[in-house]
Amino acid sequence: MTPCSTTGRAPIPSTPRARCRERRCRVRRTRGSGDEVVASSLRTRYSAWNLLAASRQGHRDWAPAWRDADPKARYDVVIVGGGGHGLAAAYYLARNHGIKSVCVVEAGWIGGGNTGRNTTIVRSNYLYPQSARLYDFSVRQYEQLAVELNFNIMFSQRGVLTLAHSRHDLDAQSRWANAMLCNGIDAELLDAKQVRELEPRLNFGDAARPARFPILGGFIQRRAGPVRHDAVAWGYARGASSLGVDIVQNCAVTGFLKQGGRVVGVATPRGEIRADKVALAVAGHSSVLAGLAGFQLPVTSYALQAMVSEPVKPVLNSVTLSPSLGAYWSQSDKGEVVIGGGLDHFPSYAQRGSFDTMQHVVAATCEMFPSLGRLRLLRQWAGIVDVVADSSPIIGATPVPGLYINCGWGTGGFKAIPVGGWTLAHVLATDRDHELAEPFQLDRFRTGRFVDEAAAAGIAH
Amino acid sequence: MSGYRLAAPAGAWIDRTRPLRFRFNGNEVQGFAGDTVASALLANGLVHVARSFKLHRPRGVFSCGIEEPSALVDVGLDGARTPDTRATDLEAADGMVCHPGNAWPSLRLDIAAINARLAALLPAGFYYKTFMWPHWHLFEPAIRAMAGLGHAADAPDPDRYDEVSRSTDVLVAGGGAAGTQAALAAARAGAKVLLLEATPHLAQADALRAAGVECHTRCTVFGLYDHGLAAAVQTVGGVVRERLWKIRAPRIVVAIGAFERPMLFPDNDRPGVMLASAVEQYAVRYGVACGQRIVVATACDSGYHTARALKAAGIEVAAIVDAREHSRAEAPESVAVHRASTIVAVAGKRAVRGVTIAPQAGGALRTIEADCIASAGGWTPAVHLHSMAGGRLQWVEDTSMFVPKGSLPGIEMVGACAGQFDIPLGVVPADHQPSAAALASLGHKPGKVFVDLQNDVSASDVELAARENYRSVEHLKRYTTMGMATDQGKTSNVNALVLMGGQTNRTPDQVGTTRFRPPFKPVTLNTLAGGRSGERYKPLKHMPGHAWHEARAAAMEEFGGWLRPAAYPLKGEGLIEAAEREALRVRTEVGLFEGSPLGKIEVIGPDAADFLDLMYVGTMSTLAVGGARYGLLINENGVIFDDGIVSRLGPEHFFVNTTSGGAERVALAFEEWLQCEYVKRRVLVAPVTSAWGNVTVSGPRAWQLLQAAGFDAALAPSAMKHMTLREAAYGGVGMRVLRASFGGELGYEINLPALHTQALLERLWATGRDFGVVPYGIEALMIMRTEKGFLHVGGDTDGTTLPGDVGMDRGIARKAANFVGRRSLLRPAAKDPHRMQLVGLLPRDRRTRLPVGAHAAASKPPAAIDGFVTSSCYSPVLGHPVALGMLARGQSRIGETITVWHLGVGIEAEVAKTPFYDPSGARVNGSD
Amino acid sequence: MMQLTCPWCGLRPENEFSCGGTTGTARPSLDCSDDEWARYLFFRDNPKGDHAERWRHTFGCGQWFNVLRDTASHEVRAVYGITDPRPELTPR
Repeated sequence: MTPCSTTGRAPIPSTPRARCRERRCRVRRTRGSGDEVVASSLRTRYSAWNLLAASRQGHRDWAPAWRDADPKARYDVVIVGGGGHGLAAAYYLARNHGIKSVCVVEAGWIGGGNTGRNTTIVRSNYLYPQSARLYDFSVRQYEQLAVELNFNIMFSQRGVLTLAHSRHDLDAQSRWANAMLCNGIDAELLDAKQVRELEPRLNFGDAARPARFPILGGFIQRRAGPVRHDAVAWGYARGASSLGVDIVQNCAVTGFLKQGGRVVGVATPRGEIRADKVALAVAGHSSVLAGLAGFQLPVTSYALQAMVSEPVKPVLNSVTLSPSLGAYWSQSDKGEVVIGGGLDHFPSYAQRGSFDTMQHVVAATCEMFPSLGRLRLLRQWAGIVDVVADSSPIIGATPVPGLYINCGWGTGGFKAIPVGGWTLAHVLATDRDHELAEPFQLDRFRTGRFVDEAAAAGIAH
Repeated sequence: MSGYRLAAPAGAWIDRTRPLRFRFNGNEVQGFAGDTVASALLANGLVHVARSFKLHRPRGVFSCGIEEPSALVDVGLDGARTPDTRATDLEAADGMVCHPGNAWPSLRLDIAAINARLAALLPAGFYYKTFMWPHWHLFEPAIRAMAGLGHAADAPDPDRYDEVSRSTDVLVAGGGAAGTQAALAAARAGAKVLLLEATPHLAQADALRAAGVECHTRCTVFGLYDHGLAAAVQTVGGVVRERLWKIRAPRIVVAIGAFERPMLFPDNDRPGVMLASAVEQYAVRYGVACGQRIVVATACDSGYHTARALKAAGIEVAAIVDAREHSRAEAPESVAVHRASTIVAVAGKRAVRGVTIAPQAGGALRTIEADCIASAGGWTPAVHLHSMAGGRLQWVEDTSMFVPKGSLPGIEMVGACAGQFDIPLGVVPADHQPSAAALASLGHKPGKVFVDLQNDVSASDVELAARENYRSVEHLKRYTTMGMATDQGKTSNVNALVLMGGQTNRTPDQVGTTRFRPPFKPVTLNTLAGGRSGERYKPLKHMPGHAWHEARAAAMEEFGGWLRPAAYPLKGEGLIEAAEREALRVRTEVGLFEGSPLGKIEVIGPDAADFLDLMYVGTMSTLAVGGARYGLLINENGVIFDDGIVSRLGPEHFFVNTTSGGAERVALAFEEWLQCEYVKRRVLVAPVTSAWGNVTVSGPRAWQLLQAAGFDAALAPSAMKHMTLREAAYGGVGMRVLRASFGGELGYEINLPALHTQALLERLWATGRDFGVVPYGIEALMIMRTEKGFLHVGGDTDGTTLPGDVGMDRGIARKAANFVGRRSLLRPAAKDPHRMQLVGLLPRDRRTRLPVGAHAAASKPPAAIDGFVTSSCYSPVLGHPVALGMLARGQSRIGETITVWHLGVGIEAEVAKTPFYDPSGARVNGSD
Repeated sequence: MMQLTCPWCGLRPENEFSCGGTTGTARPSLDCSDDEWARYLFFRDNPKGDHAERWRHTFGCGQWFNVLRDTASHEVRAVYGITDPRPELTPR
């Protein structure tokens, strides 16, 4: 008896022609080792038409979004970490490289770490050409991801606006925008009037009370904007699962199996899983897993807070960032004002953040948007971000043979899920760094060849 | 049929001698002092008061507290408009104006009510399955317009808020029976006790005060944070609208009670369906009957308690419908009890008109006329604060509730929030839905069973989530949006968990709970900001000579946290025009500038010289007493982070200048090295920036001005060389005079006790009239230093610039000390010949200003970056624009023509040596 | 918001302090390898649990001291002098 390959549950006897008993799933066993789908009428494709058709059945015939698999004894690749990056890597291994013997092992529930806790902004307004190429590849993937994954991720390209509060800021933004244009990325400098047209609720001050932080202008990347973060994790999981990748939740990796110094698998409470290659995509927990494998990373983990207000009718049109105030704002499609700020300033794995930091970010919000001060804070939380000195990621081999890593995204990993997954899949499949990932290796800490994006990180990525 | 006000003396919390009137939905509503908006609406017979988020179904008042999911109103007008306010948590006030949220054009005729008819097409997560093609933007505007609940204010908040910090021995959150008991016990044992009660009423106020307990009402503890910090919000009213409390207490007693869990049955969202305890509280506290004929639907003995209380208040109870077979609870006289039965249909759309009940085993239907359903499905202890602080939970099977498991240091949970109830609950089943058999008796498709009332999440949505494998509690929540509304699932979470457990063969504790997050109840942003607003938000520093600059009509701007003159425009003059005029005048005559924000640090001790050699790229130990030297500071990663002039006052005494923005940073860095690494060095570092004012006199006539003002001849250019420091007395005040110049002219930086700065400025200004003196600001200074090619840290440098990039690495090889960052300059990247280097740039046509930030590239962008412009201005003394920039291998490309691009427009430029003006640097020497 | 016990000023709220990161990293000599230099500057254990870190009482006495703090629970396990060795404590 083995699980049905479509529903992942209802076990089917191994005898030929035995059928899946799950209602409306008509998979049956073939003479060989696989299953043959005989006109399964479980609905898998998402579309308005199917939504309409399913409504007639009370929506009882939708297929599971992904299979919960029992881990096999071995795979070609095991990916530790079922967040956006890990799931995307699994998907691209299967899709780009035809490698389907892949298992994603997640300690909790998929997308439960930083992927489910961020402020959902996707952008590529970075300074250096190496970063521009990396992040814009990701943005271009996001632009067509909903159609590719057949899962609506709701990428709202409403623009990310960075405010200039002084003439020094204007100069710095001129450099930034021109750098982006050299790198082939959309950037526009705006004057105060244009900023006001875009976001009228910003604090431009008045005669009675001039603004403490006057707004002299800003620059905008119009292709940037928020995405529904859970949908990215679920969309990649569904895509990977449908291509044959196994996803195992509630299964923490407790150690690495080694042979002659090389990693040959992982130890979990559900048994040992062997693999030719193991990859780490665990963000804030990267040092913990690296410690288990016996090496150090140039990473420190911090809490990064985010919070939302109660939902109101539309009040904000874009994503707005103020580096001077150390906060940024947008409004979800549900109507909640989403607020983010900078890191808490001491190492933490607690996922809650300090009250003091929260007060500073809220004060910045009330200062920048005086008409929103009466909204109420509904919920506040934090992720664990893996921060690296130059605010750029690490994607590639580790000092331990057989073990690869994708980490160091710090406060900016969500926007990079597609490129992080793509390049991790590439190095796993080919043993060569993807061209986009070449500048982002561990070695740069030794040579000094940093890609210093602290400015572009601004407050938070 | 609908609610009404009971006759006096019913209603312990209202004061019938103080009637009031407010407006709701354009109509006048009457009430009394002590009413909430909800109790007054109910008393006036208003049942339908709002609409739900997704389906826009009619909603009525559901609860009697902060757990309210349905009766949300916008209250107030203009800048004082507050959206999404729970009518159950809003004290009614005379003249108040309330509008229902989320209904347009009116509550009765809401266009979006069509969503309810399309409910089959809008199950949980429907938007993930569609709206993808052609792209999301096509659909988003309509969806955004429909989403959201109320409307935010359209003007700044006129109200004031404040913040109070307190420290106490024992904090008690909650003034009910359990909290009061704990507070009295602690006070009698000698502790300092602070008790905060969320409602306006404290039952045992007198006893508490007598025991010395400090009590505050209308004050809700909303979060517990690290190390015994509790935060609370208090509704004050009057001068201050709300107050934030931050309390540190080594012992925190949480007695915040429990929320009632509603019954699940078809169309359980209709206006008129309410929590049973709420119906009871409206009668007892506010003297309001929520209906004329009430049906109690229950699976818990507390439902009987409600029935008895209603009967005692003179309200008609039509029946008790108990989902359980057995119960020891006593029903009030002459009230029918239908055991093992459940509601299978509710009549009425915008108000309950009646119910149809059936036995759980299936069988005969019975209809009961009623206009209110009191729903008593069990209880949910408010474990939020315990959970926020890291506490675990356990499931109690008998009463089907999560209670705290174990305890946390310094935090005690008592009373109902710990699962200890003072009324009997009996046995409460987890799942008390109508059975399939009961629903089948209906004979037609039953209505929707709602779990989350605000977000319209139904039992079938939970089933769908299970079917699609969103089975973990967090996936369930995020996929269906259950528990994500403004009530954060206070009355719906447990029901949803029970349903998911049923779908997936798990017990509720196997499904688990989502993470409880602060705030326990939503808190106004302005309250959290705690008075860090207006003038108190990051206040700017003023220089000691501030009044003098204002008198000169300076255009003040922020520079590095200080308010400083950018320039002093004359009438009709633009800012840059003024700066150009000032710069020219400094070069031809003399100018006055206040440099007080310049960082100043005393470095004193036997090891001071060696220590500075460790801190700086250059060598300071070879400085003669009275000498001064430019110093560059890099961090351990080799990156330039500050610069300034170091002067030597004695063999063991240095006076260090830093940039204006970097003063604190540099002093702290010095301290860190001394305290953590070089612990045996005998050095004292004393930051003295605000102790010393700085008046700078620059220009060829600078000495003439000072001489005329009476300064000692020992400071004359013939007697005192450039880059030397003399201590001098003037007007009885001791000063430190440094001959230095960031602008490249004869310059005197006069350091003096800050309180004398203004007087000196006035004296020199008065004297300077005869010398053509001009006040000059930061922009003029920037023009002059750019003409000289002098480095501006943070302008010409960024987070990657190494000393070699700006030509300041000569001499490092000869230096002995392993100064901060030295090793990083030996890394491969530091030796890369293609690194960007600071160069001068001149527009080829000598007319077009090169914009700061314009990028050098071989062709029109997109193109590889060759460099970028870092500083740029029109040089009034030279008569053409000049600029500085970073350029790959710049120093070996002097004379080359490049193109810099700004927003797609190219300008040709020449790579040039600096300084552009006075290349020999002789002007700083001046003459007597 | 945590509280820290400054050895000179006593128990004060976290916002009076600045965190200086991992403590006890000895500065290598100028002739160290690029690898050693990178380890000193960047590579860390970054533990989920007891972390030896140093703090400065910035808005107080300005002094540095060491703290052993659990990065998962924020419990302060020990406070010790800047040049003192890390105390031996059993992990929680």
